[in-house]
Amino acid sequence: MATTALVDPDTGLTQAQLAARHGLRVAGERPSLVEYSRRLWAYRHFIAAYANAKLVASYSNAKLGQLWQVLTPLTNAAVYYLIFGVVLAQNSIPNFIAYLTTGLFIFNFTQSAVLAGTQSISSNLGLIRALHFPRASLPLSTTITQFQQLLASMVVLVGIVLVTGEPLTWEWLLLVPALLLQAVFNAGVVLLVARLGAKSSDLKQVMPFIMRTWMYGSGVLYSVSLFDRLPGWATTLVQYNPLLVYIELARYALLEEAPLLNESLTQLWLVGAGWALVAGIGGFIYFWRGEQEYGRG
Amino acid sequence: MVEHFDAPTEASATMTRTQERIPTVVVDDAHIIYRVHQGAAGGTTPVAALRRLVKRTHAPNVREVHAVKGISFTAYRGEAIGLIGSNGSGKSTILRAIAGLLPVNRGAIHTQGQPSLLGVNAALLNDLSGERNVVLGCLAMGMHPDDVARQAAGIIDFSGINERGDFASLPMRTYSSGMAARLRFSIAAAKKHDVLLIDEALATGDKGFRKRSEQRVRELREGAGTVFLVSHQLSSVRDTCERTIWLESGVIRMDGPTDEVIRAYEAYANSK
Repeated sequence: MATTALVDPDTGLTQAQLAARHGLRVAGERPSLVEYSRRLWAYRHFIAAYANAKLVASYSNAKLGQLWQVLTPLTNAAVYYLIFGVVLAQNSIPNFIAYLTTGLFIFNFTQSAVLAGTQSISSNLGLIRALHFPRASLPLSTTITQFQQLLASMVVLVGIVLVTGEPLTWEWLLLVPALLLQAVFNAGVVLLVARLGAKSSDLKQVMPFIMRTWMYGSGVLYSVSLFDRLPGWATTLVQYNPLLVYIELARYALLEEAPLLNESLTQLWLVGAGWALVAGIGGFIYFWRGEQEYGRG
Repeated sequence: MVEHFDAPTEASATMTRTQERIPTVVVDDAHIIYRVHQGAAGGTTPVAALRRLVKRTHAPNVREVHAVKGISFTAYRGEAIGLIGSNGSGKSTILRAIAGLLPVNRGAIHTQGQPSLLGVNAALLNDLSGERNVVLGCLAMGMHPDDVARQAAGIIDFSGINERGDFASLPMRTYSSGMAARLRFSIAAAKKHDVLLIDEALATGDKGFRKRSEQRVRELREGAGTVFLVSHQLSSVRDTCERTIWLESGVIRMDGPTDEVIRAYEAYANSK
């Protein structure tokens, strides 16, 4: 009975040599950073298609469908305006509605990306356990979905800013690089929280509080001149807050007389680009290092 | 020297179509231990959880399961290998390890290319139509958009979900479980895989679809691939595989031609 042999434990050495001779690779090995980036690039069609699919799917159960892309930011702006514009009546800022909605929409871009990114691994376990693809595709497509949402809310924002009497100037074009820098920053942060969220699901509960604290430190709802009352080191800290920087860049582009915390525009751009670079590269490397862990357990 | 050591393995394995036997999967004394969360057992109070966080210890309701205890075998190009054994014998675990989705704690698993695991629980997006899921699934397997566009209609035809009305344009959450499983199989089978791992997927679907899928598995195999099939349905193993590995509590009990292994397995199962 030569055909029914139990596997001999002595073949251990042979197995490894056999694999080496035929150039087999160890299953589930993490590729090098360059190779990983290359594979990710090869999956760009999947990333785009998945981002689109998520956008469509997120409204598929709502009767108004895609209209919510515009309605949600509008409703948000209305609620905050009622409280901070009418009830608490902040008169120190010229054109408070435009000031508020700019801050709100820019902040919301990062906020919703981070909240969705925390679950971008844990909510796709089925896909991860079934198919092999660079896992960074998932957090990146989350970022793209949020970017598409942002474009819809930017249409609303431009409408609000124009209606409230701001003139259309060449400076508006600065909004484009500012949003792109913020998108890169978001991608990095999303990659970071995606790995953290994949490890511990508790992060999902904590994240809303972190984001709310961040919002109060970014001068979204009130004048940034309030930060001048803080001790010097705290003001510096707030000045380098990436979200405050991106909000100020957008306000600088769209609004004529908005109060700004950072007086130097060059510094704003440098800090904004610096954050995008640090978060983008750092987040990518951090996520790549955990590539083998996703979907296991 | 290497050839000399190869000799016993070559003799023990089964016949293949090709003259030169090229290994595609080499499993070398693989041990797999995984942690199971038992759910809310003891020590789940907030205070206990906080203490664990501070002390960085694992939750007490996590237990280690030694699912695979030293498995070695070699699979060759063009082979279809069935994996049988009772529940919890480690069949699905070893499959997931070959796919690179579970780490081995000791030993190693070497593979040619990237093995693809096709399981019945391969979830796609339930809120999207079958058509969109086909496109997404194919892109996720790394296919080029042009190929996807060319093959999409064929995949839907193969799955047979349109046999009773136009289901392809409806969201997948409206599908019956059998329809969804058929569509998933059709997507995964659309690509040529070096190594295809199938977990119970052939058991789904009606008789007509089973016939088609068995035919498809045969084609994939002839396209110089290796197919692994985990199944409790011995008939589908018998129909598609000529070599079978019988696992029992994490070790190989038998490895050889399907007929002999299944006969021994049935004798064992009946005597229990």
